[in-house]
Amino acid sequence: MNSAAFVVIAILTLAAALATATLQKLMHAALCFAVALVGVAAFFLLLGAEFVGLVLVFVYIGAVAVLIVFTILLTRRDIGKDRGFNWGGVLVAVAVFCGLTWSILKTPSLSSVAPHIRALTVKRIGEALMTNYVWPLQCIGLLLTAALIGALILVMEERG
Amino acid sequence: MSSSLDQIFVTAKRWLLSWLAGTPDWIIQIASSLLNIFALLAVFLTLFALISVLERKILARMQNRYGPNRVGPFGLFQPIADGIKMLIKEDIVPARADRVVHFLAPVLIAAVAILTLGVIPYGRNMTPFAIDGGILFFFAVGSATELAVFMAGWGSNNKFSMLGAMRAIAQMFSYELPLIIAVLPVVMVVGSLTPDKIVAAQAQYTFGFVPRWFVFTPWGATAFILFFVSGLVESNRTPFDVPEGESEIVAGHMTEYSGFKYATFFMAEYLGMFAVSGLAVTLFLGGWHGPARALEIVPSYVWFFIKLSALLFVYIWLRGTLPRIRVDQMMNVAWKFMLPMAFTCVIAAAVWHYAGRGLRGWLWSLVVIAIVYTALSILLDTRRKFAPRAYRFAE
Repeated sequence: MNSAAFVVIAILTLAAALATATLQKLMHAALCFAVALVGVAAFFLLLGAEFVGLVLVFVYIGAVAVLIVFTILLTRRDIGKDRGFNWGGVLVAVAVFCGLTWSILKTPSLSSVAPHIRALTVKRIGEALMTNYVWPLQCIGLLLTAALIGALILVMEERG
Repeated sequence: MSSSLDQIFVTAKRWLLSWLAGTPDWIIQIASSLLNIFALLAVFLTLFALISVLERKILARMQNRYGPNRVGPFGLFQPIADGIKMLIKEDIVPARADRVVHFLAPVLIAAVAILTLGVIPYGRNMTPFAIDGGILFFFAVGSATELAVFMAGWGSNNKFSMLGAMRAIAQMFSYELPLIIAVLPVVMVVGSLTPDKIVAAQAQYTFGFVPRWFVFTPWGATAFILFFVSGLVESNRTPFDVPEGESEIVAGHMTEYSGFKYATFFMAEYLGMFAVSGLAVTLFLGGWHGPARALEIVPSYVWFFIKLSALLFVYIWLRGTLPRIRVDQMMNVAWKFMLPMAFTCVIAAAVWHYAGRGLRGWLWSLVVIAIVYTALSILLDTRRKFAPRAYRFAE
């Protein structure tokens, strides 16, 4: 059951990723990117990491994807035009893939047998965030608040 | 007797699945999911049909006219006539539209609305899609609505559609914050993101007769109002239907849709309304619990749907009562009033918890909310600043 689901999700995700890289229209590519992200979130759900999967959907579909489409819409005049194929991008992608594969294979701590871990529940994540990782959490909170205030200052009209 | 009536749907499902006994596990799993999906769709599409005619009847009553009364008894068959009309209408796709995106937008928006309905507990043991982080699932999936609205606006290749979509996304983003933060106090107090546990936490009675629904605490009542108003905005209902304000931008992101695609948008709007109201019932109004111990012989799902209908009636009532709100006023309320109030609810819930969850906590949290509410109303009072109106134009 799980392996069948894995194959289906993997095919969908890879197809969406391929479409993102090759589609002619930029907006279509952005929308396919969102589909690929849903696929990645589905992997997390399949692995039992419910919280991570849902937050991935929440942040990447609800915010990042919308941000991307709006950025494309508001900053580019050639949305309708077709774009050429980007060979440099292929090169970078292949390099990143090779580098990641190499470093994963070379990591000594990785065992080929799946370790038995407890399910990653929301409660456990919350406890970890509120005890061991409370400082990073606060720092991120501060950073996000600063970003929010910065955005407000950017759009504030100048009085004069 | 009452418990067998209460569990009648659960028993029926178990009986249907017992036919599959002996088949592999995954077939039973899939069959069980399919049954849930079928039940969900059957119930909510019927409710959609019913509410669409009831809304017109109630609005008509409020406006001193008859409303639909030709098709069937009291016009009750009107939705069937409407459905047939929508189905046989010509489906027009603009020549310059992006056909794929234009087609997928209504599909996505309806799918999202149906998915969010899945995590709500409709009765005892009656959660179609019971997952650990149900509340999170609701908002995570619901956030895809914005993308669907954008697809509709952009795919139509029409100025009105695009402007409407941008309005819709702006207001959904702004009101998503108070919506989610108003949920936080409940999640904090219960200590769980699971809708079933939230309902279970509201099962007891104070003094033996006042149900322990969160709406009866000061923070709960405030959060409920914030949640309800934000939900109203999220489902683009009057008085917050600026994105489809027909006097300004035709029908917003739905301008270029016709026939059944338009009906799908319409349906998604109503399903979204059901989902938000259902979540409000779950979070604040005690879910499927009855209001008194003696009334628990009435099946749990009946209570849920009574509460849901009451909320839906308020939606219709507001539509019949209030005029449309201006865009800038709406945004100001979101950021300057609703968001601080939502944060106050979180603090008030913490105060309530640490003051012992009793009468003392009740009073202290009321004090916190009253102080912030008064401070905000003094700070945001614009009536004292009379001045000639300054018109601003985009440069």
